[in-house]
Amino acid sequence: MRQNEWAGEEAGVTQSNLAATEPQAPSWPLRVYEVLKRAEVRQMAFVPDAGHARLIELFCADNEVVTNVLTTEEEGVAIAAGAWLGGERSVLLMQSSGVGNCINMLSLATVSRFPLLMLVTMRGEWAEFNSWQVPMGRATEAALTAIGVTCMRADTPDELVEAVGSAATLAYEADQQIAVLISQRMLGKKTW
Amino acid sequence: MTSEPSLDRRAAVAALLRDRGDLLVVSGLGSPSYDVHAAGDHDANYYLWGAMGSAALIGLGLAQAQPERMIAAITGDGEQLMGLGGLATIAVAKPKNLVVIVIDNGHFGETGMQMSHTGRGVEIARVAEACGLETRIARRVEDLETMRLELHRQGSGPRLFVVKVKAQAVPRSLPLRDAVHLKNRLRAHLGLQPN
Repeated sequence: MRQNEWAGEEAGVTQSNLAATEPQAPSWPLRVYEVLKRAEVRQMAFVPDAGHARLIELFCADNEVVTNVLTTEEEGVAIAAGAWLGGERSVLLMQSSGVGNCINMLSLATVSRFPLLMLVTMRGEWAEFNSWQVPMGRATEAALTAIGVTCMRADTPDELVEAVGSAATLAYEADQQIAVLISQRMLGKKTW
Repeated sequence: MTSEPSLDRRAAVAALLRDRGDLLVVSGLGSPSYDVHAAGDHDANYYLWGAMGSAALIGLGLAQAQPERMIAAITGDGEQLMGLGGLATIAVAKPKNLVVIVIDNGHFGETGMQMSHTGRGVEIARVAEACGLETRIARRVEDLETMRLELHRQGSGPRLFVVKVKAQAVPRSLPLRDAVHLKNRLRAHLGLQPN
């Protein structure tokens, strides 16, 4: 178990010192987690991304949520379908490169109108050092749109929290397939 | 080398689903969906007509949401070969109420009976075992009754059963294709409302 980089949040820090620690300790993972908890999410599946690390930790520490680590992102689309068949809401976390792995599997969600909520951290679009991330980063929104998934983009933490709440309603209550794309500019430059 | 399989797929699936009780069934695209349909349509069946590689993992999500119910994901060698990584995901998740059943004819039956990897020597049961699933292989009619009984009790962890069947063309038995209907039908069977 690696050290919790943002332990201060769990201790219940105030807004003012949250703001002070924002560069090292973004508050959005906890806020997104709380939105998803209020939406009664019971299953979370993921292929890790550094941008999702804190959110993954929060879910994995939550006994009310079953978490699945995946070998490839498309597995999560299938698990989400099964979860809904059985009466549970789920969320799927991945990086933009993983969207490419999901395309045919997304036909399961769209043809069956399974509620699907994907949170996608973007790579290849802002201060990207790794050229291999660029093609799929460029194709992410177009590919999702082409297969029938609605994309909502978030460029700031406030936009993200709002988008996740809106996407949760659209998915779980209106049977929509929604991907919230979390901007790389907001996530910050990866340090090597 | 073992001899050529002698089991008939339709008879084998019908034997596994006899007296199915509360069993929930997800069937993989192509022949497994036809086999499950031929054994008797049921509100607790979710038939796939696409999304190759998904049957076992839909079974996982369902098993996690309905831990008191037994789930059988019935698929073919071709579909499970496309989702081999999913066996690792299922092994890590450790559902005790999920059994993945691979109807293995060693061929891609839907597309012209091209020989698959299992027909060329790959054993899905050994892959599953390496991941940590408990496995069984049925080669004879007698093996099927043991498997059938296993479908109605929780295991110590996830299980994968392989049923070795003849590579034969069987008349299609076509289930409904309306996936929204099938979704809501299964949910209604579980007492869940559509949105």
